[in-house]
Amino acid sequence: MHLSDSDLQAIWLTIRLASIVTLILLFVGTPIAWWLARTKAWWKGPIGAVVALPLVLPPSVLGFYLLLGMGPNGPVGHLTEALGIGLLPFTFWGLVVASVFYSLPFMVQPLQSAFESIGERPLEVAATLRASPLDAFFTVAVPLALPGFLSASILTFAHTVGEFGVVLMIGGNIPGETRVASVQIYDHVEALEYMQAHNLAAVMLVFSFAVLLTIYVWRPNPKRGV
Amino acid sequence: MAEIKAKFHVTWPGFSLDVDLALPGRGVTALFGHSGSGKTTLLRCIAGLERTPHGRMSINGDVWQRDGFWLPTHKRPLAYVFQEASLFPHLSVMGNLRYGMRRIAGNHKFSLEQAIELLGIGHLLERKPDRLSGGERQRVAIARALAVNPRLLLMDEPLAALDLKRKQEILPYLERLHDELEIPVLYVSHSPDEVARLADYIVAMEDGRAVAQGPLLETLARLDLPFQLGEDAGVVLDAVVAERDSEWHLARVDFNGGSLWTRDQGLETGRRVRVRVLARDVSLSMQEQENTSIQNILPGRVDAIAEDHHPGLALVRVFVGSSALVARMTQRAVAVLGVAPGQQVWVQVKSVALME
Repeated sequence: MHLSDSDLQAIWLTIRLASIVTLILLFVGTPIAWWLARTKAWWKGPIGAVVALPLVLPPSVLGFYLLLGMGPNGPVGHLTEALGIGLLPFTFWGLVVASVFYSLPFMVQPLQSAFESIGERPLEVAATLRASPLDAFFTVAVPLALPGFLSASILTFAHTVGEFGVVLMIGGNIPGETRVASVQIYDHVEALEYMQAHNLAAVMLVFSFAVLLTIYVWRPNPKRGV
Repeated sequence: MAEIKAKFHVTWPGFSLDVDLALPGRGVTALFGHSGSGKTTLLRCIAGLERTPHGRMSINGDVWQRDGFWLPTHKRPLAYVFQEASLFPHLSVMGNLRYGMRRIAGNHKFSLEQAIELLGIGHLLERKPDRLSGGERQRVAIARALAVNPRLLLMDEPLAALDLKRKQEILPYLERLHDELEIPVLYVSHSPDEVARLADYIVAMEDGRAVAQGPLLETLARLDLPFQLGEDAGVVLDAVVAERDSEWHLARVDFNGGSLWTRDQGLETGRRVRVRVLARDVSLSMQEQENTSIQNILPGRVDAIAEDHHPGLALVRVFVGSSALVARMTQRAVAVLGVAPGQQVWVQVKSVALME
């Protein structure tokens, strides 16, 4: 099997994108999941639905709105230009922002169910042992939800690796900047380079299978420590 | 005497709690009642685990909550033992014990070592909770509670989730707590046996209200209790092991007004014990019986007669010296024998339960 330099570049870019998005979503998704798991507010439903929207929305629709929002006439575009960052569409960081939205449910939903399955009791116990709510979150909820954190991170990473429609809308096809592996495969097929497409596709297939295998087979048990 | 004052009036859908209590600031107070009577809810309100807008709670003058002021649970100097084992599964026994202790400032009057020793868990420290038996887990949970040096210990049916054998395993430790602990304990239970063993003071709960309260020994001897103890009706006496008969494996315990023989449980003479005498094990006779298998026959004086939970039954309170015993008999027996207040009778006690 031979991967060209541009293939390797696309793979590296994909890994970089997925890692950064996963890291950002760990910080953004955790408080949202925690809030959704514990609130009794009436707007839990609407917020949960908004978070889940990328699951059902065609990526082109999400990409279209993000393109408008981050474009020169969009509110985010105005902001980024005013801050001197310039415009985000067709840049790597534009791709990062779009992917954060696109992969949000894959981080929030596993975390939310992990937090929900812990229940109220361990946190009450922590409170009777003098732990403040924040203290109890880090010393009780996070360790007990560790399997949830692992599967949410793996799913987020894998889902970001697999995105295509949003990338095309927001990132276009700039080598080393926005040309990720899925777009590279598309390019190969367009150019009738089936052999190269095969190689890259096989890498993606093996990767995806390995990720799912990890999640299904390896279940860390918080009771025995990880 | 130091005091715990708790006043809560809260309504939930289908249930309301309405209590105004002043409880002794030391010893074990049992919150006793059937499930659904509100005793656990009361305990949770005292701990601040239920947020109650119009409650008042203070201990020895320190206010934990009153109108417009509410101390969150983690700032209340209390400890709580939950009904089911509530150890953190991701921490070892030692990690669990240290969790609360690391978060308190100042002197550890009730040190970790004492708690470990008192509950007999020194050999378990390295284990994870899922490698412990149910009884061991609950002992660790109690030690973890003591290690935070609380000023109030709250226990919510700590034995209810355990089978009889595990209960027997833990009860001696709880009895040691009762003897050695200086802080007040609120102990929720629906078991008359646990209450008789452990409590000094009792609050009977029903439908979210406290229907009776008082020192345990006095309260159990009342015939007008607004709740039914059924087969568990009876009194508890403070007594001392006075003599041991090695030939017949019996021990004599002396209480205020008389003495009783019971099987020897290996307690040394001079030991203070509690003796539980159930009403169904006490009968009355107008003459002193001689040819009977019952070995404990004491002279007494009838004090009062009351109806029991069944229309055919009566409870009769008899004083032996200054101690009250309660006897259960049929209403017909009361009528045929002519049992009446002030009458001199012979009290026959078939069996007693000795509790350390």
